[in-house]
Amino acid sequence: MKGFIIKEFYHIFRDFRTLIILFGIPVVQLMLFGFVVTNEIKDAKIAIYDQSKDQVTQKITQKLLSSGYFLLDKNIKNYSEIESCFKEGNIKEVIVFESDFARKLEKEGKANMQLIADASDPNTANLLVNYTRAIINNYVAEMAPQAKIPLQIIPQVRMQYNPNLKGVFMFVPGIMAMLLMLISAMLTSISITREKELGTMEILLVSPLRPIQIIVGKVLPYVLLSFVNAVIILLIGNFIFEVPIQGSIILLLAESVLFIMVALSLGILISTLTNSQQVAMMISLVALMLPTILLSGFIFPIENMPVVLQALCQFMPPKWFITIIKSIMLKGVGLGYIWKETLVLVIMMSVFILLSVRKFKVRLE
Amino acid sequence: MIPVMNSEKPIIIVKDLVKKFDSFVANDHLTFEVKQGEIFGFLGANGAGKTTAIRILCGLSSPTSGQISVAGFDAYHQADKIKKNIGYMSQKFSLYEDLTVVENIRLYGGIYGISRKEINVRTQELVEKLGIAAVQNKLIKDLPLGWRQKLAFSVAVFHHPKIVFLDEPTGGVDPITRRQFWDMIYEAAHEGITVFVTTHYMDEAEYCDRVSIMVDGKIVALDTPANLKTTFGVQSINEVFLKLARN
Amino acid sequence: MNAISVKVDKLSKNYGKVKALQDISFSVNKGELFGFIGPDGAGKTTLFRILTTLLIPDQGFASVEQLDVVKDFKKIRRKVGYMPGKFSLYQDLTVEENLKFFASIFQTTIAENYHLIKDIYQQIEPFKNRLAGKLSGGMKQKLALSCALIHKPDVLFLDEPTTGVDAVSRKEFWEMLRKLKESGITILVSTPYMDEASLCDRVALMQKGSIMSIDTPSNIIEQFDLKIFAIKSEDMYHLIRDLREYPDARSVFLFGQYIHYTDKSVEFVETKIQKYLLEKGHKNIEIVPIKANIEDCFMELMSKNENIN
Repeated sequence: MKGFIIKEFYHIFRDFRTLIILFGIPVVQLMLFGFVVTNEIKDAKIAIYDQSKDQVTQKITQKLLSSGYFLLDKNIKNYSEIESCFKEGNIKEVIVFESDFARKLEKEGKANMQLIADASDPNTANLLVNYTRAIINNYVAEMAPQAKIPLQIIPQVRMQYNPNLKGVFMFVPGIMAMLLMLISAMLTSISITREKELGTMEILLVSPLRPIQIIVGKVLPYVLLSFVNAVIILLIGNFIFEVPIQGSIILLLAESVLFIMVALSLGILISTLTNSQQVAMMISLVALMLPTILLSGFIFPIENMPVVLQALCQFMPPKWFITIIKSIMLKGVGLGYIWKETLVLVIMMSVFILLSVRKFKVRLE
Repeated sequence: MIPVMNSEKPIIIVKDLVKKFDSFVANDHLTFEVKQGEIFGFLGANGAGKTTAIRILCGLSSPTSGQISVAGFDAYHQADKIKKNIGYMSQKFSLYEDLTVVENIRLYGGIYGISRKEINVRTQELVEKLGIAAVQNKLIKDLPLGWRQKLAFSVAVFHHPKIVFLDEPTGGVDPITRRQFWDMIYEAAHEGITVFVTTHYMDEAEYCDRVSIMVDGKIVALDTPANLKTTFGVQSINEVFLKLARN
Repeated sequence: MNAISVKVDKLSKNYGKVKALQDISFSVNKGELFGFIGPDGAGKTTLFRILTTLLIPDQGFASVEQLDVVKDFKKIRRKVGYMPGKFSLYQDLTVEENLKFFASIFQTTIAENYHLIKDIYQQIEPFKNRLAGKLSGGMKQKLALSCALIHKPDVLFLDEPTTGVDAVSRKEFWEMLRKLKESGITILVSTPYMDEASLCDRVALMQKGSIMSIDTPSNIIEQFDLKIFAIKSEDMYHLIRDLREYPDARSVFLFGQYIHYTDKSVEFVETKIQKYLLEKGHKNIEIVPIKANIEDCFMELMSKNENIN
């Protein structure tokens, strides 16, 4: 019995891969979770529509901006700008002060504000609005001793794109990204490495087939099947969970196909790294699923992460895809607003395909 | 087909062994006996049912019906006692590749309950006999195939079992090493260990005291190699096999 | 006039410290059935992979049908048929689906070259709708051979096609190969089974990355210049021991029910050994002069090689 246990220790320490799993992965996970999972807000980009521009509004603005929670991205001048702020995607909250703010507050004890939050991420929107409200109440409390009449600033809150703050609005795009990534990338990489493991890849290589033909032949069925998957998810999201599709369905499907192609090319790249199905599956799970959940903005907002992690997130294809999907479905934007994100995906796909073709071994070594 | 009874009690007694997997009959009423110290060859095509039968004899799998006694123990209720008294080696697996020679020996010695002191004594003897003092601390995967097979056999009989089961032990090995391997088998048999061996090399069948041939789950021939050749009027076991399998 | 189909010149290949192939040279003629005989580790698979353009040699060069294996690999891949070990077929496709697939990637159809595989395929045609994974070892062999032939290759490479298969199927397989020669295809086969050597036109005996001998099987046997005897007695175990201890013994090897013996001296006389064995107490002694077989030659060459190294 003792001898058996000792043997197991030998196996473990002599296998580099096991060591990585035992020690490397838990450490990485802990670090990631520690930094990523945070419910605090930090440097959220906001826009302010100040119709008064008086002492009070400026004081409140200053309080907001010095809190550390908010960053002023834009001062806007009319209501129509609000829509485009949100569509561009950077601004999470728009704060509107009505005209004659200071005078109304002094004379009538009441002034109106509007807090309009981008509720395509309902958790963040809720937090932002609550923080804003807290700061405003703080101001009122500070001013109260000196005031002649009781002061009241109760902002009107509007949750844009998601009035009922339904969590599923955020989940459906995220889950779509995760599933497509997992299925397309993992299954493709497994399929190619399976041929290598079984030995049939040797026969395919010693034939007139060119590598690109082998790759396309393997990948095409998965493109079609993943597309069907994507449609099913959208249908379920729309009909059962009532997630709206405000924008163009054609654009939505086209972007989905693009993302599927990115995932597939990642899968091909993974298959060039190993000859073993198990290793391919592990790489797909660890290198793809984990970042998709943690680093794509699916659940945890990217803006709240340390700068280093934020930079890392930019390299995650799901991050860009989720932004695109949310914008089209919830905000109804057209290609004009998301061409940058689309371009990023196109570049990623090209890079992965180029790398895969170069690394695809025409021989066994 | 049932061999002449020896005055000594046979070390393996099998009567009407049947093993079914759902409706597929892998072993169809096998009946045979193996004498102590015998080298018994167990031949048959792939899928004939050899591996199934060996697993049952090793206590690794239960029979569907029939009487099986190995080293005096019943295969149904005393499988664990059987395992203590046998050794096993196959082509697919012999020793742990990422352990050294000595580590492997110690491990198996420990598993079979040999005392630390005794393990050391026997290890020394083994190292001297095989002439492997120079490589005893090398990892198995760094040794040539021929050495591995010979070592695996030595480890299988390290605990002086009553019977050793060898499942295609000489696959892919060069002809000289194969014969050295059979030298070791002869020596073990000479020391009283019964050897139960399966092989695809028909000439190795000739080294056995008796040979049984399985076709489609049944034993269709069981006798000494010489008698089999006379019965079928041929010059080699290979031809015996061809005649039986073709029918 | 026999053209050369495969030519290999001073080929070497290493995997790290392991010398898989050391300075190999040979040539195979068109339409020849050429066998590579040797155990695991001899370098057979490495050699085949280089010739089918799957590996690049470290030194030397090789050509198949006058095409260089490194530079012209794409052209070679159109012309050869390859059956790697382990019968690599698609286990979850049927017999017929496998065949159709391999025909299609070579841009041909089953019908076009059916005459080539007819004798082989007819034996498994009744099972054409069965999944390849559910076939017996012998049938998988026939299917793999059909798939390798379906595009009418000029050269056929079969890497250990009979390993792990029962004796009957092995025999049938070689019969099929001999019949294939009639179509003029050059066939290179590797095998660890020594007895299969006699079924080839010429063989190369390989061991640890070198070729020990290349010739027709009968020539190799002719070149065995020692007298060899088959010896038997009632107690084989002690016979081996005693013969090994015999001072003039050169080689003592078990061979079925006999021991093959060669003596150190050229003028060997049976009576001397007989006397020695009688003294040791052996009964029913048989000593018969025999002709060497391929395995005897192989082991003799191996011993010579090992003594030199």
